[in-house]
Amino acid sequence: MSSIQEKVTQIVVEQLSVEEEQVTPTASFVEQLGADSLDIVEMVMALETAFEIEIPDEDAEKITNVQEAVDYLEKKLAAA
Amino acid sequence: MIELQGQVALVTGAGRGIGRAVALELARAGADLVLCARTQAQLEEVAAEIRTLGRRALVATGDVSQVAPVEAIVAQALQEFAHIDILVNNAGIRRDAVLLRMKEEDWDEVLQVNLRSAFVCTRAVSKGMLKKRSGRIINISSVIALMGNAGQANYAASKAGLIGFTRSVARELASRGITVNAVAPGYIETEMTRDLPQKAREWIQERIPMGFLGQPEDVAKMVRFLSAPETRYVTGQVFNVDGGMVM
Ligand SMILES: NC(=O)c1ccc[n+]([C@@H]2O[C@H](COP(=O)([O-])OP(=O)(O)OC[C@H]3O[C@@H](n4cnc5c(N)ncnc54)[C@H](O)[C@@H]3O)[C@@H](O)[C@H]2O)c1
Repeated sequence: MSSIQEKVTQIVVEQLSVEEEQVTPTASFVEQLGADSLDIVEMVMALETAFEIEIPDEDAEKITNVQEAVDYLEKKLAAA
Repeated sequence: MIELQGQVALVTGAGRGIGRAVALELARAGADLVLCARTQAQLEEVAAEIRTLGRRALVATGDVSQVAPVEAIVAQALQEFAHIDILVNNAGIRRDAVLLRMKEEDWDEVLQVNLRSAFVCTRAVSKGMLKKRSGRIINISSVIALMGNAGQANYAASKAGLIGFTRSVARELASRGITVNAVAPGYIETEMTRDLPQKAREWIQERIPMGFLGQPEDVAKMVRFLSAPETRYVTGQVFNVDGGMVM
């Protein structure tokens, strides 16, 4: 597991109060992990803080599971 | 009375009138203050009073209905105090005219200052409250929102809008330990009501069961109550402070 993936998984576990086993790369935040829209906003805020980046709303909307978050962060951090 | 010790309150329109009374009341209850309004000199006077009470005060001037100044104010406040626990959306204006004489500018300006400012400030401040899982947001509406008033269609609409805003945001933030309530003052002795013609004043007094206009401190006490830890289970409500005018 990449360190980005570990960090993202940890944030998802904390923000959504779910068990680590549930947080597979493709588990959907909303349907499978039970996040509501405010949970998503908070999770994105937590990602922003953890990775010291800004995630615009248009991008945040496209992040629906850990894999998508990791892909996005890898691209974003490489560009920075 | 130190129930708000260690807490930071941001009050808009804090230079005079109700906002000033709210700021001083919260300071007496132990809070540090961020004071916002457009006029610096008045804010400095209030800040000086707060400092004599042994509390800290930050003066932040700017138009609270605009995003850029509000974000700058919030950033400055967070730098100084690290957190904002209480937000009081108090800044407000009136531009009275009967509907047929009301200009678009009168409408837009009142909606902007009274309603948009609450949206802009609440959005900017609630982010930190979400992270902390606690916060108090108090919007200063008006009994005019509930009863209407000839010549104040714009003002009444803005203040009624604040009530809908209060209830919606209360629902959004309740699960995060943040309460959002509105206080609806009746007629209070401030600059806003100073220029009322004598006849209007008499007419109003007749309609207040208590028979007299309120003082800014009467509103401030209610705001302090809603800011306190005791009211953690109260959210999405409107509290009239009006001598019984609306019941
Ligand atoms: N006085 C009353 O009888 C009464 C009754 C019901 C509700 N209210 C409401 O209480 C609030 C305070 O009223 P008040 O009587 O103390 O009024 P006031 O006119 O004495 O004070 C209003 C304050 O708001 C500030 N302000 C106005 N526009 C601003 C802007 N765009 N950006 C930043 N600051 C701005 C002013 O600088 C001033 O400090 C208002 O929202 C008002 O509608 C007052």
